[in-house]
Amino acid sequence: MFVEQTLDNCIKCNICVTECPVAAVTDKFPGPKYEGPQAARFRQPNQPLTDWSVDYCSGCRVCNMVCPTGVRIAEINARARAEMVRKGAFGWRTRLRNNLLARSELLGKVGHPIAPLANALLQNPLGRLAAEMTLGIARHAPLPTFSRERFTAWYRAHQPANAPKGKVVYFHGCSTEYYEPRVGRAAVRVLEANGFDVIIPPQHCCGLPLLSNGEFDAARNYHRRNVNSLVEYARQGIPIVGTSTSCTLTLKEEAPELLDAFDEESRLVAERTFDLSEFLLNLHTRGELNTEFRSIDLRAVYHPPCQYRAHRVGRPSLELLRLIPGLDIVESHAACCGIAGTYGFKAEKYEIAMQVGQPLFDLVRATGGPIAICDSETCRWQITHGSGVPSVHPMELLALAYGYEPEGVLQQQTL
Amino acid sequence: MRTIQTEVLVIGGGATGAGIIRDLAMRGFDAILVEKRDLTHGTTGRYHGLLHSGGRYAVKDPKAAVECIEENRILRRIMPHCLEDTGGFFVVTPWDDPDFGDTFMEGCRNAGIPVEEISVAQMLREEPLLNPKISRCFRVPDAAADSFLATRLNAESARAYGARIWTYHEVRDLMMDGQRVIGAVCYDLVHDEEVRIYADMVVNAAGAWAGKIAAMAGLDVTITPGKGVMVAINHRVLNTVVNRCKMPSDGDIIVPIHTVAVIGTTDVKVSDPEHFAIEPWEVELMLDEGEKLVPGVKEMRILRAWAGVRPLYQETKAVDTRDITRAYTLLDHETRDGVSGIITMTGGKWTTYRQMAQVTVDRVCEKFGVQRECRTHLEPLPGAEQHGGYHWLGARFADVERRQAYGDLICECELATREDVERAILEGDAKAIDDIRRMVRLGMGPCQGGFCTFRAVGLLHRLRQPDVEEANAALRDFLQERWKGLLPILWGQQLRQERLDEFIYLSVLNVDHLPGPKATRLAPVMYDPPTGEAPQGRV
Ligand SMILES: Cc1cc2nc3c(=O)[nH]c(=O)nc-3n(C[C@H](O)[C@H](O)[C@H](O)COP(=O)(O)OP(=O)(O)OC[C@H]3O[C@@H](n4cnc5c(N)ncnc54)[C@H](O)[C@@H]3O)c2cc1C
Ligand code: SF4
Ligand code: SF4
Ligand code: SF4
Repeated sequence: MFVEQTLDNCIKCNICVTECPVAAVTDKFPGPKYEGPQAARFRQPNQPLTDWSVDYCSGCRVCNMVCPTGVRIAEINARARAEMVRKGAFGWRTRLRNNLLARSELLGKVGHPIAPLANALLQNPLGRLAAEMTLGIARHAPLPTFSRERFTAWYRAHQPANAPKGKVVYFHGCSTEYYEPRVGRAAVRVLEANGFDVIIPPQHCCGLPLLSNGEFDAARNYHRRNVNSLVEYARQGIPIVGTSTSCTLTLKEEAPELLDAFDEESRLVAERTFDLSEFLLNLHTRGELNTEFRSIDLRAVYHPPCQYRAHRVGRPSLELLRLIPGLDIVESHAACCGIAGTYGFKAEKYEIAMQVGQPLFDLVRATGGPIAICDSETCRWQITHGSGVPSVHPMELLALAYGYEPEGVLQQQTL
Repeated sequence: MRTIQTEVLVIGGGATGAGIIRDLAMRGFDAILVEKRDLTHGTTGRYHGLLHSGGRYAVKDPKAAVECIEENRILRRIMPHCLEDTGGFFVVTPWDDPDFGDTFMEGCRNAGIPVEEISVAQMLREEPLLNPKISRCFRVPDAAADSFLATRLNAESARAYGARIWTYHEVRDLMMDGQRVIGAVCYDLVHDEEVRIYADMVVNAAGAWAGKIAAMAGLDVTITPGKGVMVAINHRVLNTVVNRCKMPSDGDIIVPIHTVAVIGTTDVKVSDPEHFAIEPWEVELMLDEGEKLVPGVKEMRILRAWAGVRPLYQETKAVDTRDITRAYTLLDHETRDGVSGIITMTGGKWTTYRQMAQVTVDRVCEKFGVQRECRTHLEPLPGAEQHGGYHWLGARFADVERRQAYGDLICECELATREDVERAILEGDAKAIDDIRRMVRLGMGPCQGGFCTFRAVGLLHRLRQPDVEEANAALRDFLQERWKGLLPILWGQQLRQERLDEFIYLSVLNVDHLPGPKATRLAPVMYDPPTGEAPQGRV
């Protein structure tokens, strides 16, 4: 109930309405004030279905950020969507589509072993057209490609450096595991460069995509299993860090709040979870960060993803990147890239997502650097899709600055 | 001055008067209803919102309990669209005598009220915010009732049967011919004009004002206005009506109605049905008592407070108003006082308004020497059939969603669309913005008119084209009307809201200094300033 109770704080000021990136581009979405604190007064569990438009909320949480009174609008909306799912608002086709998009772990497990075939299918225009027509997955949306090697496979083979500073748990998330293991490798290297022993316990999808598709039961299951796997470390005071800002946000507060998971174990895990940049910047504040960076002569836009801003920890990645000599960072103030997890992949929302992201795409193109930087995987894919400029995670640049070999798109840059 | 002749003149546009005019019209009488303000301006528009099952009176006032359950069944049939079938709980809290539960069950059974004890676990499943320390819970068929809508529909039905209903017509005097009342002198507030209505029979249905009307014919009718204060919580903390299982007392019911939950009520004798104050102790008492039912409610956002007056009638002078019977009384002044041409219907409850009307019109028939059967319990109110079933909380929202009407909201909090407001102005013949409120709930949500008042006044101005100064005054009237219910609860989140509303109206729009009179004749009667004193025996 905590989430809905915040509706009482709303003073109707409309600030959220003026800032919501989705309401700005489509009439299908009346905006945060209407969907959140207002509609919540008309919702009741045991009555017929009332909602439709709330499904157009992307969940970007811009509204939460700007609300002067602390209404948890995005969460109210997410819970309303879960009620829609529970009350059968979506047909089986939409449910199937949403589940396909939202079950990144399952998708990874199935798709990874047959990576070349899966990639061929997923990138094939005909296959994509078929997927749009049958399932409603937007044919132009930027689906990722499976990597050849899973991140954890690399990690098991990897020789750890000596670790005077103690242990850190790394929550890699699905995208690192199946699509972009280079981000995980960069994270491990950066942590090792700072003298940490990186532990990777068994883990599952954080459940955020399921949460934002209203599939709460499945999300609860994942969250529970993650908490079980992580809580021992949390008890020992070992920090849990992640490179996916959505995974860490989910562990920190989204899952507990949306699922009413206010148990002791969830709380412990939440308290010990940090975004990796946040964690490193804390080190830096204490004068413990290894700052022996080599120079990277590059100009690039950094976009703090919505999910990251929802952590309410400032701009740690930006501050870290600014420690790297030569790196000329242009900070994006765009509200959102539009993709918002699985949102922009949906045929009926693809255009909205592209319009939402347009100012950011324009900025990236106008800045003219060879890459863009962003902490969230789906946002990176969207930025690349919308602007044509490849995107990297901040850790990739930090690893490079610590002298590790460049990977992925950074290899192709003359740095 | 206008002069009009009719068979029956009904004074008072509350539930009782509207019920009577419908019954009269359905039985073929030529009838006029006059109401000094808008329909439901009196107690009917300021009540708690509960369609009683009778449970509340099962032990204390069995006669009232029987009337309630009888009417409860009938109203569910003829006006489901005015009711929300919330069901009701009677709960035994740690502050109540657990044995009263058995007395209560017995009382209900005797009165014919369906009652069932449910487990506390079941109660908490249905209403998770209720106090887990509650020890017993009984389910009865209480419901939430929209008296604005019900009264308006009674009037609409009456009109369809040929009755005339004149709002903003205040009875200032009764015309007499010897020991016979022959009509009333009314003042038309809108047109600033006197209207004389001659009638063969006058029905005094002026609720708590009935004594004042009777006095105009030299009749001594003592109505003790019993003031009750209610406090609305910003959202539905409960979806079931919850009563304390004990002898009726202060602050022992929470009614979920439309988007709010209302805690009520007090009972304090006042000398005038229109001029009284909401005292801080009354608001505090409501919250303290509410806290016993829903822990944490005191910290929640309080939307507004208001007060209504019970029309409690007793032949002998009463001490504690709660002991006066709630069953209604029909006074036939011909037999009682030797004055013919007038009868008074008073007391009762909203729940029993139809029965009260039936009894009244039966007497009217007798007086006219005709035999015509009452049909108000058989014929549903307008719209019941099309609507098909009870009102439900999300209905309005679902409708806005289905029609994608969200771009066209005038009152965003209560989801009143432009179409709703325009219809209220044109078809509903709203004279003031407050009349629009009663029709479409404009300004009744969290911002209390902050974002809808200027829009509504714009529509009023465009559709009716009053001159600008009049429109300005109408705007000020409504802001005052909202303000009166905010003053008693001005803290926390609602204070923050009011600060913003103040910026909008006083700073941005400079409403206090717009040209035009400060207020119109239709301006609200404000509550008196509180004395701040706690009453005897209450600290
Ligand atoms: C605090 C409180 C809570 C209540 N809660 C409930 C409840 O939950 N359920 C329930 O069933 N009952 C409830 N009641 C009782 C119920 O509200 C009343 O019994 C009922 O509304 C009375 O209706 P009425 O038409 O008789 O009186 P009113 O609604 O008061 O109507 C009388 C009308 O006469 C008009 N009038 C007065 N003088 C003149 C004049 N000179 N000329 C023309 N018109 C005039 C007034 O403006 C008024 O509109 C409650 C009462 C109170 C006080
Ligand atoms: S979460 Fe984003 S899309 Fe949803 S209402 Fe808030 S700002 Fe708008
Ligand atoms: S920003 Fe917050 S307070 Fe303002 S309208 Fe939106 S939810 Fe309400
Ligand atoms: S949010 Fe994290 S764990 Fe969840 S799907 Fe994305 S990467 Fe995987």
